[in-house]
Amino acid sequence: MSIETVIEIVLAAVVLTLGVWTIVVPETFSATVGFVAYGLLVALIWVRLDAADVALTEAAIGGGLGGVLLLGAAARLRDADMMADARPGKLLRAGAAALSVLTAAVLAGVVLLLPDPAPTLAPAAVANAWATGLSNPVTNVLMAFRAMDTMLEKVVLLLAIIGVWSLAPDSAWGGRPGPRHQADPRGVLAFLARLLPPVGIVIGIYILWTGSDHPGGAFQGGAILASMWLLAIMAGLADTPLVSHRSVRFILVAGPGLFLLVGLAGLLFGAAFLSYPPALAKPLILGIEIAMTLTIAATLGLLLAGAPERSTEP
Amino acid sequence: MSLARDVMTIAAVSAGAFFFLAGTVGLLRFPDTLTRLHALTKADNLGLGLVVLGLLPQAASLRDGLKLVGIWLLGLLAGATVSQLIARAARHGQLNR
Amino acid sequence: MSGVTVFGLCAAAAVGLGLYGLITNPQPLRKIIAFNLLGSGVFLLFGVVGRRGAAAGMGNDPVPQALVITGVVVAFSATALAIALLLRLFQTSASVARSGRASPGDDPDQVGG
Repeated sequence: MSIETVIEIVLAAVVLTLGVWTIVVPETFSATVGFVAYGLLVALIWVRLDAADVALTEAAIGGGLGGVLLLGAAARLRDADMMADARPGKLLRAGAAALSVLTAAVLAGVVLLLPDPAPTLAPAAVANAWATGLSNPVTNVLMAFRAMDTMLEKVVLLLAIIGVWSLAPDSAWGGRPGPRHQADPRGVLAFLARLLPPVGIVIGIYILWTGSDHPGGAFQGGAILASMWLLAIMAGLADTPLVSHRSVRFILVAGPGLFLLVGLAGLLFGAAFLSYPPALAKPLILGIEIAMTLTIAATLGLLLAGAPERSTEP
Repeated sequence: MSLARDVMTIAAVSAGAFFFLAGTVGLLRFPDTLTRLHALTKADNLGLGLVVLGLLPQAASLRDGLKLVGIWLLGLLAGATVSQLIARAARHGQLNR
Repeated sequence: MSGVTVFGLCAAAAVGLGLYGLITNPQPLRKIIAFNLLGSGVFLLFGVVGRRGAAAGMGNDPVPQALVITGVVVAFSATALAIALLLRLFQTSASVARSGRASPGDDPDQVGG
């Protein structure tokens, strides 16, 4: 057994221990912290699986922004004893355990019995990279070969934000999400929120730009931009925007809107819906990606900010 | 030349790993929040710094080396800020008690 | 046993763990966390299948990778929607409990507002 396999077994064991702890620990807050640590270590597994693009996404969205989301909810629900129903009975727990063990065993069996040689689309993705002019195959799949999935996923994000906003009480309809954060303007948090965003914005744009040839892309870059925005909001340097504001809504539809326009243009002038002419493929994809990055950053930030709670009038 | 680089990498990364180990032991064994923070920040700043120092000779280009140093600086900034915030919250909690 | 198989078994266990937590944990937030654990196990299974399909100079099949990236973002937005619903439910039930207590006459515990 090589040293790499030993490291991988240790990594998997630590991840599973954290998973078990997340499920069984009595305090919700501890479970949340455990899940954040779990998400960051799962990003390491993705690195070991040679999927750096997924590792970046998992670390930025699964571990980072998801962690903020869950921690915020755990803090606000801290005294929510009324939410807890009675703990389920022994019979139900035994049944759930049996079902879970059975599911895990079936999946483990499937993993052990996967066909050999494994089916793969990697050669096809690499062989057709000429059609887009981008050399990162993952970005090619996301933006060209399976562009329909990515476009519809943007629509799902839009539906999620509409769902969150529609939970606003009548008095705050169209208002600002979340409480107004107050922090010492000369304190550490405000200092960080002034120092970090310039660096973070550059890194976010770099990750978007480098995504055409190296691991990175619109999702990862957008997540970094969103976290910079949220840092400024949490330090009290900026306020969450009015959700009824026109420019907010424009940014939210810019990504899917441009995607749809380019797709329809492909239907009218080209071969099919979402087909890019090879000469224009790279600029078109980059243009869509830039619009998508802004949309993703705004959507992720507003999803984290939650439903409007303050009315339009101050 | 490459032997000297490898020796430096092994020495610095091992020293960094030792600091991470010591910091983790401290995090688990120390009695209260402030001493635990002390252990944690030593591990983060020095351990990460030594690991980055050890990886620098292996960097393929100047650009990669600068990226590694950038990671260390961002780690320092995040560690210093977060430990300040936690320490402040801990002191606040003690005063209120 | 190769590293890919180790991670595959880890993913299967994560799915089982998440399912157990989803059924047995009484608190809604814990159910959401358990559901995310289940989801991350499913994503890891994709990663394992993609890793086995390494070819043409790629360490991992790009198609499952792209699907997982899309999936992670969708899982995040679904979690955000679930948490927004949960917070709203909490607010509503808290205000119902308050107004229930404030109703005149029938509450002996209430002393002077």
